[in-house]
Amino acid sequence: MAGPRITVVGASLAGLRTTEALKAALPQAQLTLIGDEPHAPYNRPPLSKEVMESFAGGDTDETEAFSKLLLRSKLMPEDASIRLGVGATGIESAGVRLADGSLIRSDWVIAATGIRPRRLPLPGNEDIRHVLRGFDDARALAPMLQPGVRLAVIGAGFIGCEIAATARKLGLHVTIVEPGPQPMMRALGPRVASAMATLHRRHGVTLLTGRSVEAFKPGRVFLDNGKEIEADVIVEALGSLPNTEWLAGSGAELSDGVLVDDTMRAVGASSLFAVGDIARFANPLFDDVPRRIEHWCIPGQTAKRAAQTIVAIEAGETPEPGFAPLPSFWSDQYGMRVQAFGAPALAETQTVVEGDLSQIGEAPVIVEYARDGALTGVIGLGAPPALIAKHRARLMAALTPKETA
Amino acid sequence: MKVHVNMDICLLHGQCVIAAPEIFSFDDNGDLHWVEVIDDSQVADAEAASDACPEQAIILG
Repeated sequence: MAGPRITVVGASLAGLRTTEALKAALPQAQLTLIGDEPHAPYNRPPLSKEVMESFAGGDTDETEAFSKLLLRSKLMPEDASIRLGVGATGIESAGVRLADGSLIRSDWVIAATGIRPRRLPLPGNEDIRHVLRGFDDARALAPMLQPGVRLAVIGAGFIGCEIAATARKLGLHVTIVEPGPQPMMRALGPRVASAMATLHRRHGVTLLTGRSVEAFKPGRVFLDNGKEIEADVIVEALGSLPNTEWLAGSGAELSDGVLVDDTMRAVGASSLFAVGDIARFANPLFDDVPRRIEHWCIPGQTAKRAAQTIVAIEAGETPEPGFAPLPSFWSDQYGMRVQAFGAPALAETQTVVEGDLSQIGEAPVIVEYARDGALTGVIGLGAPPALIAKHRARLMAALTPKETA
Repeated sequence: MKVHVNMDICLLHGQCVIAAPEIFSFDDNGDLHWVEVIDDSQVADAEAASDACPEQAIILG
């Protein structure tokens, strides 16, 4: 008997892991993995760091650079039909409509279409404005990053800050323009964000906080305080938007990503699942508020969960309740790793429990994050793995799944 | 099954230690250690650790 037709949209980390998990558990399933990029699924974190550096050096073969990013896949060629270079344009009762007009008939659809960078809605300087999300973006930006070049980074989130750090290492003059009061403020909280600002300035970055871009003129960026900065290259790093337009009309709740229950099944569209950056779900470790999480570990965790759910339903069983992955993220800047566990962004208070934030980048620092007196997260700054592991274990013990309404 | 970590590309994220603490661990110096030969009951954990490695440094075979 033929197995269910399952279409995974998005040849990303999340899409690949979902397809692999489905193949392993439902060998008879008819799997299709589609992706709008021409590339096979690859790993993105090195794009702002190692890949940028090696491309800027000019001596790296593109094929070789990509081969280091390529995700090792457990799929055999006969396991799934993989269609690259063609995106999904819509979802219909019969299946998924692709940009080339074809229809992939599907019993189940998994949305793994990820996010794209937000752009500034301002004209001008188009020839020198870049974003960084995919391999092709890195390939376009990196050759511009030459010593002495003036780089303006708009937005001091993780991507913006990592690009700034890489660019300083490559000998560029770097200015960051950030509308908020500190870099990476939402994720790290004011105390650590302020220390990170110091770290960037100490490494020679001109960091302008509380400033936004008003206009672009050839080679110049005009700020809201009337000042202007000269730039040879501009990177827009102002966060991201979920790629969910193709799901319009599916019945799913798409106000910010795809609202899913704790089995990754879309609320309002029972044959649709969402995984990775676009899945908005509540994590009972913290509360019952659904959130999208743009961390590297989430694609793998949500992929497994979605696959388990489909396997259970196909077997006529109820999926096991409860999904409470411990969030974890990291960022490497100036040779220092920021390593976080839990949800520092939900905290009201931050307490330095080891080291001293004035020594950031020079000696290990551990910061604890709490809400209503309860630990929500821990961050290590340049801290050795064993030290972080100790504090992570303490966090795990403090976080117990809460009853959701 | 044999477990190997390519320490030339490992960046000590520690995701393997979280995914499979019976197989991977850090010592007090922060060096990564792992069980080189595992039995069948540990294969799923080892695969989870391999999938969780951001550098794809874990080789199972």
